[in-house]
Amino acid sequence: MFSIERWTEVFDAIRKNKLRTFLTGFSVAIGILILVLLLGVGEGMKNGVEEQFEQDAKNRISIWTGVTSVEYKGLNPGRRIQMENKDYEILVSNYGEEFEYKSSMNRNWNAVFSHENNTGSYRIEGVLPDYQFLENAGMIQGRFINFEDQENYTKHVVIGKKVRSELFEDKNPLGKLIKSNGINYKVVGVYQDPGGDREESRIFLALSTMQKVFGRGNDIANISFTLPKESNYEVALEKSSALVNEIETILKGKHTVAPFDTSAIRVNNSIENAKQFYDLTDNINLFFWGVGIASLLAGIIGVSNIMLIIVKERTKEIGIRKALGAKPGSIIWMILHESIFITSISGFIGLLLGLLLLESVGSLIQSEFISNPEVNLNVAISTVIVLVIAGAIAGFFPARRGAKIKPIVALRDE
Amino acid sequence: MIEIKELHKSYKVGKNSLHVLKGINFSVKEGELVSIMGSSGSGKSTLLNILGMLDEADSGSYHLDGVQIKNLSEKVAANYRNKFLGFIFQSFNLINYKNALDNVALPLYYQNVGRRERTDIAMSYLEKVGLADWAKHLPTELSGGQKQRVAIARALAGQPKVILADELTGALDTRTSYEIMDLIQQINDEGKTILVVTHEEDIAEMTKRIVNLKDGIIIDDKKVNQVKAMANV
Repeated sequence: MFSIERWTEVFDAIRKNKLRTFLTGFSVAIGILILVLLLGVGEGMKNGVEEQFEQDAKNRISIWTGVTSVEYKGLNPGRRIQMENKDYEILVSNYGEEFEYKSSMNRNWNAVFSHENNTGSYRIEGVLPDYQFLENAGMIQGRFINFEDQENYTKHVVIGKKVRSELFEDKNPLGKLIKSNGINYKVVGVYQDPGGDREESRIFLALSTMQKVFGRGNDIANISFTLPKESNYEVALEKSSALVNEIETILKGKHTVAPFDTSAIRVNNSIENAKQFYDLTDNINLFFWGVGIASLLAGIIGVSNIMLIIVKERTKEIGIRKALGAKPGSIIWMILHESIFITSISGFIGLLLGLLLLESVGSLIQSEFISNPEVNLNVAISTVIVLVIAGAIAGFFPARRGAKIKPIVALRDE
Repeated sequence: MIEIKELHKSYKVGKNSLHVLKGINFSVKEGELVSIMGSSGSGKSTLLNILGMLDEADSGSYHLDGVQIKNLSEKVAANYRNKFLGFIFQSFNLINYKNALDNVALPLYYQNVGRRERTDIAMSYLEKVGLADWAKHLPTELSGGQKQRVAIARALAGQPKVILADELTGALDTRTSYEIMDLIQQINDEGKTILVVTHEEDIAEMTKRIVNLKDGIIIDDKKVNQVKAMANV
């Protein structure tokens, strides 16, 4: 392999057979180029679809409380369990790292708000900043409740689209005041919600303000959080189930609730809804792996074909070399050495071109369903290596056949 | 140098078997210049191929320089060809992407001679055949006679014991043929053993011994008075 003599012989053949070298290299480079582009677009499509359906991937876990249904440690059933800020803080300090978004919440089901002559009755929810993402609320004006609101007990509110149309009609609500129970709140944002009118007729304000204004002390009605996306559904399911169990145990212990009491503390896990999303990305993955493997196969067949032609073309040369004393092994090596050299060099050229192309025009093909088309470099490099090895294996058989031809037959070849 | 006894060879042609060589007994001493003659189908090329280890006999024995040539593996056959034999073909069989010098150096490559030494040796043989100035030319840039000279230089380069020439003048005009034969005679005069297969009388007359083959057997084997090729040019 590292004999200088053989290398010079190979370079000699490459230099003197420019057309053959070019055609071989060209087809390998094109093959790899197309493969890289395909993988890149596939990856982009996966990214795009993932972004589109990201919301569905969210594994939202909600906790709320009710009334105990069984006697426990001498306490009667029928006892109302109330969560407080402390419960939220415990969960955050224990599992905060694992949560993607987290928020506690308290609400008032009905509050009358008015602006100038318009009046309406809305649900008001005291929340933390992450609640925007938990609720899937898209801001169409202004901003959502932030940490400053929470810290400073500000009377800033974010209203739904429905609220805006009822209280403000066509006017811009930002910076305006709305009044409830003699207290003025300033509108800092308007949101929309895929849930429609019902979800859009809510008003958000900071949880701290809510607790103070409505006299709720430290009480909270609900804790919810999401877990980040996992590589596949089974992992996601396992992680979330384990977490739900731990959280239930902690809260039931703290509030002295029987472990099997299902009505006092309830934890709802939405992971089942995420299954569809995981199935979708699995399928996209499967599809592009299939396409990738198919095009790799096509590439391998192409390279094998070229190898076959090369051996055919060199039959006479093989005959001459054998008559001059070339051993079969040296014939095989001569052919393989040359082809491996050409396929690897042109393979990496194709890879480089493909990556450059993806980098330069990748942004042009960005659309709703394609985002960040890119190729995992390791995958791309292994593809080239696989192609080179497969080409060598595929080339070995014709090369061996060529080396086996009797020199007298090979010499007769015209 | 060459010793064959009761050599038989047949080819399968469809269902029939074609008996080409029907018991050849034949020997060549060192330094001889022998021509093997016969019409086409007489088996002369088959004989040469067997002598050149490009083909194998069905039965009989073949000794080359005291070594029995029988049931050789490809590897050993390649080794023997490289060490013992130099080939000259009717169609020259030069590698067309290598220049004259590299073509001549090729047998040395398979003898694992280093590149520099190879080039030196090849150059000296090109000088010998009068083509030193053409060393860097590709075969396509050479005339038929020049190509055959390159092929002769290549056959000599590996310093073989025997040179086998198959219709070496078949593709050349008369004048060039005689020039090539002159070169062959010179090489023979220096002591090289040479076998020439030909169907041309005048070429055969320029060797020292003519073996006549007909229908797979030797019908005639006689020493002749060598005609010097140069006298006819």
